[in-house]
Amino acid sequence: MTEAPAVEARSAVKEFGQGETAVRALDTVSVAIRKGEFFTLLGPSGCGKTTLLRLIAGFDSTTSGAILIDGEDVSELPPNRRPVNTVFQSYALFPHLTVAQNVAFGLEMLGRPKGEVAARTAEMLALVKLDQLAGRKTSQLSGGQQQRVALARALAPRPKVLLLDEPLSALDLKLRKEMQGELKRLQLETGITFVFVTHDQEEALTMSDRIGVMSGGRILQIGTPREIYAHPTNRFVADFIGETNFLSARVRGGKAVFGGGVEVPLSRPAADGDVTIAIRPEHMRLVPQGMAGALSGTVSHAIYFGTDSHVHLKLIDGTEIVVRQQTDPDGSGGPKPGAVLGVSFPPAAVQVLED
Amino acid sequence: MARGTFTVTRLPGFNGIAIAVFVALYAPIAMLVVNSFNAGDSIAIWEGTSLRWYERAWANAQVKDATLRSLIIATTAATVATIAATMVALATTRKKPFRGQTAVYVAINQPLMVPEIVTAVALLIFFATIKVATGYQGLGYLILAHTAFCIPFAYLPIRARLEGMDMTLETAAADLYATHWRTFRYVTLPLMAPGILAGFMLAFVTSLDDVVITLFVKSAGQDTLPTYLLGQIRRQVTGEVNAISTVLLCLTVALLTTFFLLTRKKS
Amino acid sequence: MSLAEARRERDQVRRSWLLSLPALFLLAIGAIGPLFIMVVYSFLTPGKYGNVEWIFSTDAWRGIIFTKDIFDETLKLADAHLTIFWRSVKLSFLTTVFTFVVGFPTAWFIATQPPRWRPFWLFLITIPFWTNLLIRTFAINQIIRTEGLLNTILLKVGIISTPLNLLYTDTAVFIGMTYVYLPLMVLPLYAAIDRFDHRLLEAGYDLYASRMAVLRRIIFPIVKPGIVAGSILVFIPSLGAYVTPRILGGGRNMMIGNFIELQFGQGRNWPLGAALSVVLLLIVTAALLVYVKFANREGGHG
Repeated sequence: MTEAPAVEARSAVKEFGQGETAVRALDTVSVAIRKGEFFTLLGPSGCGKTTLLRLIAGFDSTTSGAILIDGEDVSELPPNRRPVNTVFQSYALFPHLTVAQNVAFGLEMLGRPKGEVAARTAEMLALVKLDQLAGRKTSQLSGGQQQRVALARALAPRPKVLLLDEPLSALDLKLRKEMQGELKRLQLETGITFVFVTHDQEEALTMSDRIGVMSGGRILQIGTPREIYAHPTNRFVADFIGETNFLSARVRGGKAVFGGGVEVPLSRPAADGDVTIAIRPEHMRLVPQGMAGALSGTVSHAIYFGTDSHVHLKLIDGTEIVVRQQTDPDGSGGPKPGAVLGVSFPPAAVQVLED
Repeated sequence: MARGTFTVTRLPGFNGIAIAVFVALYAPIAMLVVNSFNAGDSIAIWEGTSLRWYERAWANAQVKDATLRSLIIATTAATVATIAATMVALATTRKKPFRGQTAVYVAINQPLMVPEIVTAVALLIFFATIKVATGYQGLGYLILAHTAFCIPFAYLPIRARLEGMDMTLETAAADLYATHWRTFRYVTLPLMAPGILAGFMLAFVTSLDDVVITLFVKSAGQDTLPTYLLGQIRRQVTGEVNAISTVLLCLTVALLTTFFLLTRKKS
Repeated sequence: MSLAEARRERDQVRRSWLLSLPALFLLAIGAIGPLFIMVVYSFLTPGKYGNVEWIFSTDAWRGIIFTKDIFDETLKLADAHLTIFWRSVKLSFLTTVFTFVVGFPTAWFIATQPPRWRPFWLFLITIPFWTNLLIRTFAINQIIRTEGLLNTILLKVGIISTPLNLLYTDTAVFIGMTYVYLPLMVLPLYAAIDRFDHRLLEAGYDLYASRMAVLRRIIFPIVKPGIVAGSILVFIPSLGAYVTPRILGGGRNMMIGNFIELQFGQGRNWPLGAALSVVLLLIVTAALLVYVKFANREGGHG
């Protein structure tokens, strides 16, 4: 791959404030986002994901490091000279302009001929299915419609990269699901690189080509949704996305040795030493006690969820874990508190964490 | 250090203009104050610091007379205006709008909208007729005129205070068997007090500063401090005018600072 | 509505009116009522030694624009009057424009300061606003007179070689009015800018707008209600200005306000003075109606 990334951050640092009280919002972040990719920055609030987005857009400038768009260093360029557009969390639609005028704004600023502006605006409004409302003031629109205007406005100038700052957070659940599909469709149709910021893991998993998980101003892991979910490399990622059981173990000769001497072969190589291991609750199974390769634990309680039950157990070494168990068709009660059971899992479910 | 910082709220040259505006706003006033301490006769040449203009103003019987008159008018007018404004504020903010309320608003704000010179002319004509008919030449005309144009200034902070007040307190008081009057006396009025005081001060300052209406309404020999100053400026400029202006300025700033602190506390 | 409710509401309305009564009475005799008498006076004949004679006449109204030739009684345009009107309108307009040009950056500056400091900057604008107009005009008088600070500085810097004779010119009146009415422009502009959503600026820059385009295409249209309010607040008192042209314009550079006063002094033509005041009142009312209409139309957003 010799093609330049659509967006690249090179050791980007952003500090707010000066001297002693300076807060490092972004701590030496490097990431390359590929062309045509739907890339999501995922993390809790305050993790630096919006800061990174604002550095790419040019609303803030890096304290050190560089931002490149399409191979070109744009660190010194103001936002109006960067080939990116943003969909704001609050939409930031111009209240004094109509829907069509909002969409046409960027094209007019670029000095495009009138005919082209009109044609492109109409095309964009059709794309987001708002052609009927072209003449409305934006204050007369519903939240979902405003969202579409914001999208059309940002897509109209054909940016090299579209930045989306938690654009769905203001919508109710049903609308949000609908817009998720809509966004994915728009991204495929336009072929534009999307950089999407969210704190919602489900949103990230269902829409993205790749996800960068952020915390404390750093990107902790970058990968496809499957990689991120199935093979988290550190405790934060494993914990933030989905539910996870953390177990202590010692790696010796390609095997993980758990408390009580149970050994499980590792499917991926890991260095010898004491480690934390993550195993998803749905990858664990309850088996009769004493089965080979199974950990032993005492059931503390079980919660019935309909499709499955969450069985909470306490292992011999005191670790508390959860096992998700499919419910029986006959509706029988499942394990009783106090029962001593074995917990088994396939070697592929074992994820050795790096920290 | 950040490089090539782009701040969206910054507009080129704006900060420079703003700072120039603040300097331009205060430089003339500062010069006026400085010159009041000039020992020389000319405002152009600095001849050392002295209080001679203050001493001269203090000794001037006309100044004393005008000051006393200004204070009498301002105190009376501001007091009456504040009482009237408090009552009308209670009528227009605490309850749901009554028929004719818009007309009351327009009436209260009238002095703010009509140019002073127009009101001054109208009052001159009106009071001239009364003066002829009754022969009364006293301060009453000035006090009445000042009271009228002070009402909106007293009304605004009182109304703002009332609007920011918690209605449930009054309901709570009524719930505790307080009568209308007692509710007002022991709950509403104490809560309103800062607004009323602020309103009084604005009214007082407004009355103290008035030139145009006073000039048209006053009878011979009824100079207030501002009209006395106007007459002096027309004749010849002496440091005495600067000295009186400085004192008046200090009084205004002191009242405004109090007002500022009074209205700020609640937020 | 039950009987009890109806009675309670009636009581409440009566109480509201009773509470409004003292203020309304004071305003009626101390401000509003006399305006009507003034209208009546504009249709009377001037008395020989001031005041009026109770004889109906429209001379005052005609006299606003026309003057009677003393010899052949033909009507001619009153050039002197028209000059005064023109000067008043011109200076008021220039004052409004210039207070906006310098007031907008000032208001913007205050609104973009850290929230903790905004009350302080606003206070700095408010102090001159409440300071005696006469004193402020007098301060300007001292600054711009031949031996004043302005000339001293300009001479020292070398921009001019002879002192400017600014005092008692239209320019002096313009400078003075800009100075005294500037706070009236800054305060409503600040109120409008303070409500302005700064994220719209980001959206503007994000969509390739230059600084100028953001200012013209986004900021100005959105804070327009504040611009209109400020302009009216400056224009109205400028048009009726009396103190400033008197102190800075001298006797000759009169504005409408001084011309009106003249009719009650040396002019001894109260009906003309009354008629001129009515005209001023009508202009102001028109301006306010435009504003109210505008405010209602634009009130939808923001």
